Amino acid sequence: MASNSKPATRKAAIVGGNRIPFARSNSTYGQASNQDMLTATIDGLVARFGLQGEQVGEVVAGAVLKHARDFNLTRESVLGSRLDASTPAYDVQQACGTGLEAAILVANKIALGQIESGIAGGVDTTSDAPLAVGDDLRRILISLNSAKTLQDRLKAIARIRPGMIAPEIPRNAEPRTGLAMGEHAQLTAHEWEIGREEQDELTVRSHQNMAAAYERGFFDDLVTPFLGLTRDQNLRPDSSLEKLAKLKPVFGRALPDGAEGTMTAGNSTPLTDGASAVLLASDEWAAEQGLPVLAHLVDAQTAAVDYVHGGEGLLMAPVYAVPKMLARNGLTLQDFDFYEIHEAFASTVLATMKAWEDPAYCKEKLGLDAPLGSIDRSKLNVYGSSLAAGHPFAATGGRIVASLAKTLHQAGPGKRGLISICAAGGQGVVAILES
Amino acid sequence: MADWYTNFANSGFGTTITKQLGLPRPAVLRRYEPGQPLLPGPVVIGSAGQGRLRDTVSAVLKDAGVTVLSPVTADGSTDGEKLGAVVLDATGLSSPGDLASAHDFLAPAIKRLRPSGRVLILADPPQAADSPAQAAARQAIDGLVRSIGKELLNGSTANAVYVPEGAEASVASPLKFFLSGRSAYVDGQLLTLSPADVPTGEDAEKPLAGKVAVVTGAARGIGAAIAQVMARDGAHVVAVDIPAAGDSLAKVANEIGGTALQLDITASDAPQRLVEHLRERHHAGVGPGVDIVVHNAGITRDKLLVNMDAARWNSVMAVNLQAQLDITQALLDDGDVLNDGARIVCVSSQSGIAGNRGQTNYAASKAGVIGMVRAWAPQFAERNATINAVAPGFIITEMTAKMPLGTREVGSRINSLQQGGLPVDVAETIAWLSQPGSAGVNGQTVRVCGQSMLGA
Repeated sequence: MASNSKPATRKAAIVGGNRIPFARSNSTYGQASNQDMLTATIDGLVARFGLQGEQVGEVVAGAVLKHARDFNLTRESVLGSRLDASTPAYDVQQACGTGLEAAILVANKIALGQIESGIAGGVDTTSDAPLAVGDDLRRILISLNSAKTLQDRLKAIARIRPGMIAPEIPRNAEPRTGLAMGEHAQLTAHEWEIGREEQDELTVRSHQNMAAAYERGFFDDLVTPFLGLTRDQNLRPDSSLEKLAKLKPVFGRALPDGAEGTMTAGNSTPLTDGASAVLLASDEWAAEQGLPVLAHLVDAQTAAVDYVHGGEGLLMAPVYAVPKMLARNGLTLQDFDFYEIHEAFASTVLATMKAWEDPAYCKEKLGLDAPLGSIDRSKLNVYGSSLAAGHPFAATGGRIVASLAKTLHQAGPGKRGLISICAAGGQGVVAILES
Repeated sequence: MADWYTNFANSGFGTTITKQLGLPRPAVLRRYEPGQPLLPGPVVIGSAGQGRLRDTVSAVLKDAGVTVLSPVTADGSTDGEKLGAVVLDATGLSSPGDLASAHDFLAPAIKRLRPSGRVLILADPPQAADSPAQAAARQAIDGLVRSIGKELLNGSTANAVYVPEGAEASVASPLKFFLSGRSAYVDGQLLTLSPADVPTGEDAEKPLAGKVAVVTGAARGIGAAIAQVMARDGAHVVAVDIPAAGDSLAKVANEIGGTALQLDITASDAPQRLVEHLRERHHAGVGPGVDIVVHNAGITRDKLLVNMDAARWNSVMAVNLQAQLDITQALLDDGDVLNDGARIVCVSSQSGIAGNRGQTNYAASKAGVIGMVRAWAPQFAERNATINAVAPGFIITEMTAKMPLGTREVGSRINSLQQGGLPVDVAETIAWLSQPGSAGVNGQTVRVCGQSMLGA
C-alpha cells in the first residue's frame, strides 16, 4: 500500500574534490582530450581518498563541447581510471551549470538512499574542440556511405563543392540570437549601468584572492598538477586596475548607438581547458572509509529566463533561482557566511547583486515584497573565482563546490554558503552548502 | 634493473673483455622478491669466544627455513655444499688471542660462499668491555669485518652486529635482514643493538601488515621506491610530496593503493597540517594512528661554500633537516596520532658522513640527521618506538643519470660491490627498520652504500 509520508531523506556530504589547473585555450592542454582530462582528474581524486579499486555508487559528469565519439564520456573515463570498472556512470549537460547540476544529481540519489557515494564532475576543452562539416556536405557523405554501387558513390562525390569543405567551428554564441554570450552580458551590463571600473575592481580582487589562496596552500588538497601545469594559467597575481584599464572593450556591437562597451578581455573569462571532480557520500559511508565530511549539500534550484523575447538578460536566471531556494529554506540572502557567484563576466556578478538590491525589479520580476538586499562583499568569492581561474564550462561547478565545502569546513560547523552559476540558454543553477 | 656496465660485465663478451683488461667486475646482486627463501643455500654458524648467541641464531634461521650446517674444521677443508651465508658468533671474546678461532672458522667457510653470499659477525660492543684487552678484541671485529667486505667477490657482503647484554631478543630481525636479499647493497656496516621489547610472530611476507606509513618525497626516485616496498610489505602508505609534484605523487599512490597528500613540508604550518590530516584520516578506518614515518624528502642546492648564497643554504637546511625535526616533534607532541611502537626512519646521506665538495649545506643537513636520531633514540625507546637514519651512497636515480659519464662511473664503482645501488636497496633497508621486530635497532645510522670508500 502506498504511503503518503515523504520518504526519509538525508543530506549528502561533500568529502572533497580534485581538479587539474585550468589552462588557457590552445595552450598547455592543447593536445589533451576531454577524456584525458576527466580521467586524470578522477585518478587524482582516487589518489587523494584512497579509492583504488573501489566501486562508488555513480559517477556523473559532462562536457559542454563534446566530440561525437565521446557519447559515453564519463563511463569511458571511469574505465580508464583506477576506480572499479563496475562503477556506473552517465553524462549530463546543462551548459555552464553542468558541474553543479552533476553534483546535485549525485547528492539527490544519496539523499534518497539510492547510492552511498558518488563522484560529480565536469570537463571542457576549447582547444581539442569538435569540428563539424556543414549540413550539405554531411548529407552527401551519408549518402556516399550508404551507396551500394560504384556509380552511386561517384555520383555522391560529384556533388561535393569546394565551398562545402570549410568546417563548422563551435561558437560561444547563442543559437537563437546569434549573439556571443559576452554581447548578451554587455547588454545586461548596459541595462544595469554596470561601470567599467567596478568590473575591473572585481576582477583584480578575484586574481588577488586566488593568488593569496594558492600562497597559503589552500589548493594543496583541491588541485593536482597536469601536463606540467601546477597553477591556473590565467591567474595574474600582479593584476592591477592600471593594467586592466588599458584593455580595450571587446563587446558592445549590440549596444544602442553611442553606447560604449565596458567589458574587456580582462574582466571577462577567457576560453579555458580543464576538469574537476567532487566526491559526495552519505555520512555513514564517509565514516566507514575514514574520510572527512567537509559540508553537506542542503538544497538546490534551477531557473531559466526568456532572453529571446522576454526582455531578460541571458545570464540573469540565477537571480530568479535564488529567492525560490531561500524561501523554501526559510533563509534570507544575508544568512550566508560565504557567497560563490560564478564570474562568467565581472559584470554578471555585479548585475546579479544589483538586481537583488533593486526594489522594483524584485517586486516586478521576482514577485517579492521586498528586495533581497545586498551582500557583504568580503564574503564574496573569497578564494577567487572564474575571472582568475578561468572557466572550462562544465568544470566550474566542481571547482566551486569543492572549494566552498573546504572553506566552510575550515570556518567551523554550522557555516553556510551560497552557490550561483549562470549558464547558456538563459539558465541558472544555484545551491546551498552547509558545514 | 642493474646499470649498463654491470649488464655488460656479466655478458659473455663483457666477461672476457673486463677480465682481460682488469676492469671492475660488478656482480648482479641477489635482491629480495616476495616468496624468495631467506637464503639460496645453507648457513654455517661458528663461534669465537664464549658464544652466547649461537643457539638463538640457529633457532631463528631454522625457523626461517634455512638449513644450518656445523662449522667446517680448521683444516681448511672446502668440501661440501656451497654456502648461502657464514655467521660468526664472536660474543664473549676476552682477549685478542680469541680471535684466532675467528680466523680458523671464517677462512674455509668464506671459500665456500655462493655469489651474493653473506658474512655476518655478532659481537659484544667494544664500549662496554671489562678490560683493555677485551675492548681490543671486540674492536678488532670492526677491522675484521670491513676487510672481509673488501675481499669478498661476486656480490657478497660482510656486516657486523654488536649485541649488548640483554639485547639477545633484538638479534632476530637484523640477522634475517643481513642474510636476506633485502640487504643487497648494505655492506661493511656495524650495527649496535639495544635491549627492547621485541614483538614476535610477524608475517614474513607482510611484516608491515595493518601499519600506516607516512613517506615524504614519495613522488619519485627513492621516495617512490620506499612507498612501493612499504606497500608490498603490507603497509597503507600516505604518500607526501610538494603540490607541484602532485601528478606523479598521485600515480605512485594509485599504483600501491595508498593515498596522496600534497604538502610543502617546509611551510610553517606543515607539521600542524600533517598531524591534522593524519588525525582526520587515520584515527579510524584504515587503522588508528600512524606507525611509520619516513623522512625522505630532500633537496640539493650545490655550490662551493665561498660562493653559496643564503637561499641555497637555507632551503637545503629547511627541507633536509628542520622539517624532519619539526614534523617529528609535532607528532610526538600530539598524543593521538603516533602509535606506541612507532618507527621513524630519517634519510641521511653518505655526504653527511664523508662530506662532499660543493655540498657543505647538504652534507651539514645530512650529518645533522645522524645527530638527531642518536639524540632522540632514548626518548623513543621509552614508548617502545625507534628512530633511525639510513645513509644512501651512490644510488642510481634520475638525478644521477644527469651526472657527467666520468663522474657517474667513478662514483658508482668506488665501493666493494663495484656498482651503484638502486632506490629499492634504500627502500628495503628502511622497510626493515620499520618492522615491529626491529625494536632493538634504535638511534642507528645504516649506510646503504655497498661499502663505499667515501667516509668509511
